[in-house]
Amino acid sequence: MLSYNFNWSVIWTEPYGGWMLQGIWTTISLGFISWCIALTLGIIIGTMRITPWKPIRFLATAYTEFFRDIPLLVQLFFWYFAAPSILPGFIERFLYRELPNFEFWVVVVGLSLYTSSRVAEQVRAGMQSIPTDQYYAALSTGFTHLQTYRYIIIPLAVRIMIPPLTTECLTVFKNTSLAMTVGVLETTFMSQQIEAYTFRGIEATTAASLAYMVITLMVVLIMGLIEKRLAVPGLITRRR
Amino acid sequence: MGAFDWTVIIKNMPFFMKGLLTTFELALVAISGGLFFGMLVGMARLSHIKLIYYPATIFVNFFRSLPLLLVIFWFYFLVPIIAGRPLGDFVSASVAFVVFEAAYFAEIVRAGIQSISKGQEQAAYSTGFTYAQTMRYIILPQAMRNMVPSLITQTVVVFQDTSLAYVIGLKEFLRSASIVDAREMKSLEIYAFIGLVYFIFCFVMSRFSKKLEAKRGAAK
Repeated sequence: MLSYNFNWSVIWTEPYGGWMLQGIWTTISLGFISWCIALTLGIIIGTMRITPWKPIRFLATAYTEFFRDIPLLVQLFFWYFAAPSILPGFIERFLYRELPNFEFWVVVVGLSLYTSSRVAEQVRAGMQSIPTDQYYAALSTGFTHLQTYRYIIIPLAVRIMIPPLTTECLTVFKNTSLAMTVGVLETTFMSQQIEAYTFRGIEATTAASLAYMVITLMVVLIMGLIEKRLAVPGLITRRR
Repeated sequence: MGAFDWTVIIKNMPFFMKGLLTTFELALVAISGGLFFGMLVGMARLSHIKLIYYPATIFVNFFRSLPLLLVIFWFYFLVPIIAGRPLGDFVSASVAFVVFEAAYFAEIVRAGIQSISKGQEQAAYSTGFTYAQTMRYIILPQAMRNMVPSLITQTVVVFQDTSLAYVIGLKEFLRSASIVDAREMKSLEIYAFIGLVYFIFCFVMSRFSKKLEAKRGAAK
């Protein structure tokens, strides 16, 4: 039972401490870039899902179902190992040999497509949660269709969407850990590399866990600030 | 480039099926274990006793702030130390999944219990039921019915998550695919195939969940 001698110094001694910091930086940039792309794509797809035109709605629904129902890891492997082989030979060679950080960009593509389908679901749910009365009321005061969306529906929907989108944003940062499987040097990868060099698995994994917790906490704080700034008094009470 | 060679799938089908079976086993353990402990933790999260409420809340928030991949590594290192001897990939993956998914199931259970009106609980107490009886006969049966759609959604998530056991070398569906790929060099066909298999299972399940939800909405 529990015969393990802890040696916490592996976390900060050189070169391991530097590896860890580099890994954390990669995690943050990976998560941030993917989140920005996913948010943009997700808003577009989510809006497409509630348009009155059936073909567009069908396309958007197919998109979300497709990316949601395949595990992210399988998608990453597909983009990394399989997708480049469909492309013409010279592009494939460029991707594998010349593009610096090919792994990084593969994960950005995979992660943002996967996340965009989840964001789209939240956007659709947020838009649909606005009662149609609001819409009719706006039209009856003489607003055009566009104005109704611009001044009434979207401002309301955005505020409803923030809490679920916070959760999605956290998920993105947690999902960046999967990038280690294709060889991106992010936090989890670095922690396992430290383990490989020092056999200090528990210490290294603890350090990585702390890093993720701090990142998670930062995201929650930032999103909380945004939510507070945007809050309209008396309109939407936070679920607590 | 060139023509696709789908024979690689058929040739290695028994191997894939073995991997898929492991995936199902792991998912089954993760879902049943996660649901069981999730139910306990979910109830603990609603306790008035601080000594029960706080540990449960810390447990849930802790595991929800960590990536599953890290939790898998955690237990990969921890389980042999606690047990005193190596127990194999499947056991440590199972422990990791049960603990991790318990945190997520707990939140579903909590929301389910909270969806039952307070009056039900008070009525049960006033007829002389104890806490355990109230939960067992009044609250949980009703709450379960409300939880079913979210539980199925979470089941799909767990099923997808089992692919992460890949990292510790467990020969589940994705790992078996990557083993075959290393030998046959047919990435496109192999990953398209396993993507499709995952898709079919998850799609059917999520459709089922939507149907149930619609039915429940109509019944109300």
